Amino acid sequence: WRRNHRNTSCVIMSNNMQFMLLFSRQGKLRLQKWYVPLSDKEKKKITRELVQTVLARKPKMCSFLEWRDLKIVYKRYASLYFCCAIEDQDNELITLEIIHRYVELLDKYFGSVCELDIIFNFEKAYFILDEFLLGGEAQETSKKNVLKAIEQADLLQEVRYVIKPPWEQ
Amino acid sequence: MPAVSKGDGMRGLAVFISDIRNCKSKEAEIKRINKELANIRSKFKGDKALDGYSKKKYVCKLLFIFLLGHDIDFGHMEAVNLLSSNKYTEKQIGYLFISVLVNSNSDLIRLINNGIKNDLASRNPTFMNLALHCIANVGSREMAEAFASEIPRVLVAGDTMDSVKQSAALCLLRLNRTSPDLVPMGEWTTRVVHLLNDQHLIVTSASIDLQDYTYYFVAAPWLSVKLLRLLQCYPPPEDAALRSRLTECLETILNKAQEPPKSKKVQHSNAKNAVLFEAIALIIHHDSEPTLLVRACNQLGQFLQHRETNLRYLALESMCTLASSEFSHEAVKTHMETVINALKVSLAQFGSRDVSVRQRAVDLLYAMCDRSNAKQIVAEMLSYLETADYSIREEIVLKVAILAEKYAVDYTWYVDTILNLIRIAGDYVSEEVWYRVIQIVINRDDVQGYAAKTVFEALQAPACHENLVKVGGYILGEFGNLIAGDSRSSPLVQFNLLHSKFHLCSVPTRALLLSAYIKFINLFPEVKATIQDVLRSDSQLRNADVELQQRAVEYLRLSCIASTDILATVLEEMPPFPERESSILAKLKKKKGPGKLPDMDDSRRSVNGSTDSTHSFTDVLNLNPAPSSGANLLIDVFSESSAPAAATDVSEENFPRFVCKNNGVIYENQLLQIGLKSEYRQNLGRMYVFYGNKTSTQFLSFSSSVSSSDLNVHSKAVDPVIEGGAQMQQILNIECVSDFSDAPVLNIQFRYGGALQNIAVKLPVMLNKFFQPTEMMSQDFFQRWKQLGAPQQEVQKIFKAKHPMDTEVAKAKILGFGVALLDGVDPNPANFVGAGVVHTKTTQVGCLLRLEPNMQAQTPNGNAAPPATDPSFPFGAGLPGSHLGICSRCRGEQGDGFVGLKGTWPKSHELKVAFDLASFLPPDGRVCERLLLRT
Repeated sequence: WRRNHRNTSCVIMSNNMQFMLLFSRQGKLRLQKWYVPLSDKEKKKITRELVQTVLARKPKMCSFLEWRDLKIVYKRYASLYFCCAIEDQDNELITLEIIHRYVELLDKYFGSVCELDIIFNFEKAYFILDEFLLGGEAQETSKKNVLKAIEQADLLQEVRYVIKPPWEQ
Repeated sequence: MPAVSKGDGMRGLAVFISDIRNCKSKEAEIKRINKELANIRSKFKGDKALDGYSKKKYVCKLLFIFLLGHDIDFGHMEAVNLLSSNKYTEKQIGYLFISVLVNSNSDLIRLINNGIKNDLASRNPTFMNLALHCIANVGSREMAEAFASEIPRVLVAGDTMDSVKQSAALCLLRLNRTSPDLVPMGEWTTRVVHLLNDQHLIVTSASIDLQDYTYYFVAAPWLSVKLLRLLQCYPPPEDAALRSRLTECLETILNKAQEPPKSKKVQHSNAKNAVLFEAIALIIHHDSEPTLLVRACNQLGQFLQHRETNLRYLALESMCTLASSEFSHEAVKTHMETVINALKVSLAQFGSRDVSVRQRAVDLLYAMCDRSNAKQIVAEMLSYLETADYSIREEIVLKVAILAEKYAVDYTWYVDTILNLIRIAGDYVSEEVWYRVIQIVINRDDVQGYAAKTVFEALQAPACHENLVKVGGYILGEFGNLIAGDSRSSPLVQFNLLHSKFHLCSVPTRALLLSAYIKFINLFPEVKATIQDVLRSDSQLRNADVELQQRAVEYLRLSCIASTDILATVLEEMPPFPERESSILAKLKKKKGPGKLPDMDDSRRSVNGSTDSTHSFTDVLNLNPAPSSGANLLIDVFSESSAPAAATDVSEENFPRFVCKNNGVIYENQLLQIGLKSEYRQNLGRMYVFYGNKTSTQFLSFSSSVSSSDLNVHSKAVDPVIEGGAQMQQILNIECVSDFSDAPVLNIQFRYGGALQNIAVKLPVMLNKFFQPTEMMSQDFFQRWKQLGAPQQEVQKIFKAKHPMDTEVAKAKILGFGVALLDGVDPNPANFVGAGVVHTKTTQVGCLLRLEPNMQAQTPNGNAAPPATDPSFPFGAGLPGSHLGICSRCRGEQGDGFVGLKGTWPKSHELKVAFDLASFLPPDGRVCERLLLRT
């Protein structure tokens, strides 16, 4: 072992996702989640560029590509593309499975999810993603636990807290 | 429209989304959106207070419109209201809006932060989680500033629920990553580590069923990947027992890869292989267990033939890093056939052309190349080049050129390879490549005859690339005589062949050919008349292009009036080029970006590329980069403000240009031009001053004197008259007595048309002129470097990059600065290291120099560089900007001492010159071009 000490703070955890985009085969953006602070202009530029690049790729091509300083991991599910940007040191395969786990969660929640579910309930799609990933890190990888948390949140929907929540009284 | 499946449906929102989807055209959609925006605006502005539900609905509509790609510039206030609501769904939408549409309005941010603060303090876990998510997802500096102190408190509070703790921990990590200065990890590390133990306890012993974390028959892949990644932050364990346990774990992972899959699903294989690749990354990182490395390599070899494109791609990528480990380089080589196959297969496969996979294969071939397989690899790359994608051709050309030069045993092979490159991919052969082949041919007389013969044959092709004409013109012009004995390549045949290409070429190539023709006149008197006829033709003598016309006229005149002897002297064979590193390598590095290029040195080093060594080097040296104002021996060389006060204004405009060179024009006005030529040996120097009268009138009463406070300068008397248009020379003898900081001043007086002219020029005599280069071994260098740790022995300076930087230019500048450039001394090939001794009459002062690219800096225009006096600033560590340091030992008291000069460049894809003293100069790396013109 020689001198390849890495600066620990840079690589402390595994996947440091920069952003996730969901878009349709027609190139319509369905969901965007950014884990790095960027200007709207930049976000738009990146989105345009990536949608174009990914849509141009053929089915049998590999799911990873180098793009700027980042690695892009993408996968197509029916009419939707799920596309994540990770850093150089990050694990591509586990990112593919993060995408898959998210799809499973959507599927379970909506019951056989389709693009329309995500269009009409985009806020739910966001909430599910937030329950699963935090700041780009998988915070809860158990499908059961994520769904449980979402169901609990759904139960809270119509509860009005008068002054304090019940468990505080 | 599907029924909204769960939760509280917002009917208005669903209707709006349906409307948009039913729009037949883009215009209709925009019209519908504008209508909705107007509606929402009026609702928000209206007198009637909106209830929570309506607010939520409208904010959601705005979000949807934003997702469609339209700008949203209002609604933030309503979102903040929702965020402060005590109804969960409203709060949730409020947070969603805020984190998707981050706004930088400071008043708003204050309100948002207030809302978040309240939720963090609410002790309601659901609210706390929403707040933490928002902070982590936005992750901006402002967020870090506002909550840096709050989150750790949540994290370690006794009564915080575990789910909230988890969110708080990830949130803290996120902020630490974006703003490490605001959220220093150090303070909290110990407490967080305790927490880690805690969570382990929970996971292993308590209620959570591990079954939940099994993913397609793979146990906890996310956790495994994370732990393996964590281990890559550390060196291999030193404790033998621990080490063997780790090896055992890694072996288990490698063994598992050989077991039959438990499921046919791709998720199973992906999760399993994600762990496997992470384990291999750890093995490569440790780079210490030969058996593991070889096993890893063989595993990757299997993947190279896998039907999954993803696995082939990742295997090629991992193997590339593996190839630079000394333990596994040989093992990697055994898979060469497979790699070449992968390259070929991916071409044919499914008719799909996946550039990324082939790019990886080429990278790997390059990394695994050594003397034993160079010929085969270069041949493969050349044959691949014929069908390669345009996007990667230039890179392959550079790689082939580098490998061919590096591993050339006989240079005929090298010449063949480069000519093949030009034939196959002439358009992608950059100047560096064909300059280089010419340099090598000129420097190696054993290959000149062969080169002449080969280019002659290559030029026979009816259509050949212009780059080939350039190389052919140059080489035949120099060495055509070596093949002229054969009647098939007699001088006239050679000339006719070259000239048949002339009219198809661009102006620069034609100019080069004209130079080749005049060289022919010298080499072969028998074709003189033919060539003179060509030069005399109207298409040459009256060419619309000034450069071509001038060459034709001058060469024609030269051939007519000069004697054979003069011709032979003027058109003598080019002298050998100074040996230096190939500029092609620099170009490739620039193209690929530092760190992405496998280390090509035979002594294989850090497998993680060169970026890391900057740090470790610093650790070894443990430098305290505090400059001392009293002892800056060399620093005065660079300061322009130290000019001595003089009656007339002292001109020093061109002074900095002479820091790294000795010849040039130091002063010029409408009347007079002063040129310098100087040479130095030890503590003595001689300077030739040329006074050029630019007018047509005499200069009268011409006199000059040199004033210097520190140096002994003797000037020879000059003639008091300079004729119009004439030039006069004066010799100055200079002796350096002791170290000095003030440069001498040349005072000139003369009469022009009755008026007395007074001119004062600062002469470029700096301390560095009295450097004698010193060669030194790596060990000596660093030993001495380390000895120079005292604050008064070192000074450093930070520079911003000024010019785009080229390794060759930088080297030339450092050499011009006067020190010896020590190759192979610094473990990081990107660094420059030099040594020299300053000679004065009374003492000699040894100097060490180190110029260090700052590989970690993100952008050249990032944060301001820290002040050099900041002792916490680790030398060369990850901060933008760059620095250059100078250190010196107090001289006189202890005899000889050392002066060190250290500097860093900011990393960017094009390295920029930060070398302040040298960047005063215009880039002067045009050696090749100029030499070509002189042909």
